[in-house]
Amino acid sequence: MAHGHHAAAAPAILNEVKPAVLPRATLVEHNRDFAWITEKICGIIEGKTPTWWWVCFILACFVASFTVAGITYLVATGVGVWGHANPVNWAWDIVNFVFWIGIGHAGTLISAILCLLRQKWRTSINRAAEAMTIFAVVCAAIFPVFHVGRVWYAWYLFPIPNSNWIWQNFRSPLEWDVFAVSTYGTVSVLFWYVGLIPDLAVLRDRFYAAGNKLRSFLYGLFAMGWRGSNRHWSNYEMAYLILAGISTPLVLSVHTIVSFDFAVSLLPGWHTTIFPPYFVAGAIFSGFGMVLTLMLPLRAIYKMEDLITQYHIDCMCKITLATGTIVGYAYGMEFFIAWYGANPYEGFAFINRAFGHYAWAYWWMIGCNVITPQFFWFKAVRNNTTLVWVLSIFVNVGMWFERFVIIVTSLARDFLPSSWGYYSPSIVEVFTFFGTFGVFSVLFLLFIRFLPIMPMAEIKAVTPQADVHHGHDERTGFGDPVIREKHD
Amino acid sequence: MSKLFPQSANKLPLQIVIYLCVLAGLATAGVTYYMTPEYTRVGYAPVQPVPYSHALHVGQLGLDCRYCHSNVDKSGFANLPTAQTCMNCHNQVKKDSPALAVVRKSYETGEPVPWVQIHSVPDFVFFNHAVHVNRGVSCVECHGKVNEMEVVSHEKSMSMGFCLECHRNPATRVREPNDIFNLNSPTIAEKAGLQAGQKFVHDWKINPPQSCTGCHR
Repeated sequence: MAHGHHAAAAPAILNEVKPAVLPRATLVEHNRDFAWITEKICGIIEGKTPTWWWVCFILACFVASFTVAGITYLVATGVGVWGHANPVNWAWDIVNFVFWIGIGHAGTLISAILCLLRQKWRTSINRAAEAMTIFAVVCAAIFPVFHVGRVWYAWYLFPIPNSNWIWQNFRSPLEWDVFAVSTYGTVSVLFWYVGLIPDLAVLRDRFYAAGNKLRSFLYGLFAMGWRGSNRHWSNYEMAYLILAGISTPLVLSVHTIVSFDFAVSLLPGWHTTIFPPYFVAGAIFSGFGMVLTLMLPLRAIYKMEDLITQYHIDCMCKITLATGTIVGYAYGMEFFIAWYGANPYEGFAFINRAFGHYAWAYWWMIGCNVITPQFFWFKAVRNNTTLVWVLSIFVNVGMWFERFVIIVTSLARDFLPSSWGYYSPSIVEVFTFFGTFGVFSVLFLLFIRFLPIMPMAEIKAVTPQADVHHGHDERTGFGDPVIREKHD
Repeated sequence: MSKLFPQSANKLPLQIVIYLCVLAGLATAGVTYYMTPEYTRVGYAPVQPVPYSHALHVGQLGLDCRYCHSNVDKSGFANLPTAQTCMNCHNQVKKDSPALAVVRKSYETGEPVPWVQIHSVPDFVFFNHAVHVNRGVSCVECHGKVNEMEVVSHEKSMSMGFCLECHRNPATRVREPNDIFNLNSPTIAEKAGLQAGQKFVHDWKINPPQSCTGCHR
């Protein structure tokens, strides 16, 4: 028997097992110690407000005023000031809503799923990504709230008993959206805040030592009496783990339900079962695009190269590549099913998408979402920070166009040729959307000025110094074998 | 640093939760009581230019509602009488009463009596009187026992919930066609049971709309 012959050469059971030791990436470069990490992150808040911050802040406020102006005009005049008209009754409002909500997903993925999967590289970027999530939800919420027209009736979205005996239609995905997005916002804020508590306590103590009583009091108020005792840490770790568990399904459910807004309808181009995974992948894709857009300038400005290493950028680029490729696959599969399903209306919807009046938007989408991420296959591209940043912008643009293509092209050519139309946004819509970038920037600038942009305690935990066996053994004694870098 | 939170702050989370529950309860109760039509509209009884008593004219003398509101079963709008209608009797009865000075002036000049409207639905609600009174809905269902009122007051809430309650269960509310203008009459369900009410709803093809566009067109 051939088997027996082989057994003589190499025994079936080894005398000794030697698992391959895979080197782990260094997450904090240059062997930085705990004090350096604290100084680096707190220094951003404690230092003088840089001039660039004021310039950006004033510019962001100016841009945000466009949203204020657009919304004020809308509320004063009526929802007719937007460019919606039969047959395109959903347009930029829902496009922008889905765009912003999608961006938030990277934050939740980083904080929840990567936490449960013990992806230690999340520590340097999770705080800022979670902040991005919350601010993106704020921007997203503007659109559905004001799209109801009479915004003072927006409370009708919630099932509150009232003398009108109006009750929500719980069979409508729009109602599920209300719960999905509000849960998402609440859990994201909680997750972010719980993670902030130990760092707020650090700032409280540092400002007290520096004699700034007011700021010490304010940080202390939100640190809620954190002393860093063993009991505090053990409760904290458990709370964080539970929140990660709660958030994990949200990464998948929120955009699934957003996709149901379309998939549950009967419109060709919307009515497809591929939407939930396709939307979730797209959301994570756009989210990581935005994380890169935000983190790379921060890294350069604050000289954070030791904390956000090339390894971090590689990881983010690879996730962008993976999700971008899934999105590209979904685009192809939509066409395949339109052909394979042999439904002429479905077929028309997709042919029209690629070659109809909105073909320009479709090819923008394909260019940005399918071609852009493919550059991330190459190490040379990933190592070129400027190029990565430029590509991340294209990802953001592409994902906006994806929502525009899905929503507007499907509606503009619906079942009845007599009602076909062409939608263009009104100036009020353009103002409102343009301004949300200002709203987002104002919030994000305030965040980087007043809150620690990275979780200090978590970063310290992934340094070699945090390992009790550091410098003594190749193995931690608790889990996987770890190989240190040469300088360690 | 000095302690920001005293020992007692450990109880704060529970206290905050309790306070919030109490506050939410009070707000809910307050809004439910003070901000719904049950409170804001019921009991509205403005002073009218003529002290006309429905209790006397309808309750005691037995005038039919349609003697004055003559188009209520023909038109969507329940009209108010002109001074001519009043003068049919009052050119003989109490013809010099000072209480009727406004009516006599209206009769002479043709200027309508400035009655103060009590029952009103919003502009975005399309309510048709004729449709209701010709399909078993008595005046009393929405206006209350006007035949017993010295001064007409807003008796029912007329909220959207009020409308929908009947639109969802018409069998409990309908009356025999002969009883529509008899405000003391019982409903069919009261007289002969709910099944009789349901039979009437079926036989008379009463199909009250519950969709938005039924009333908001």
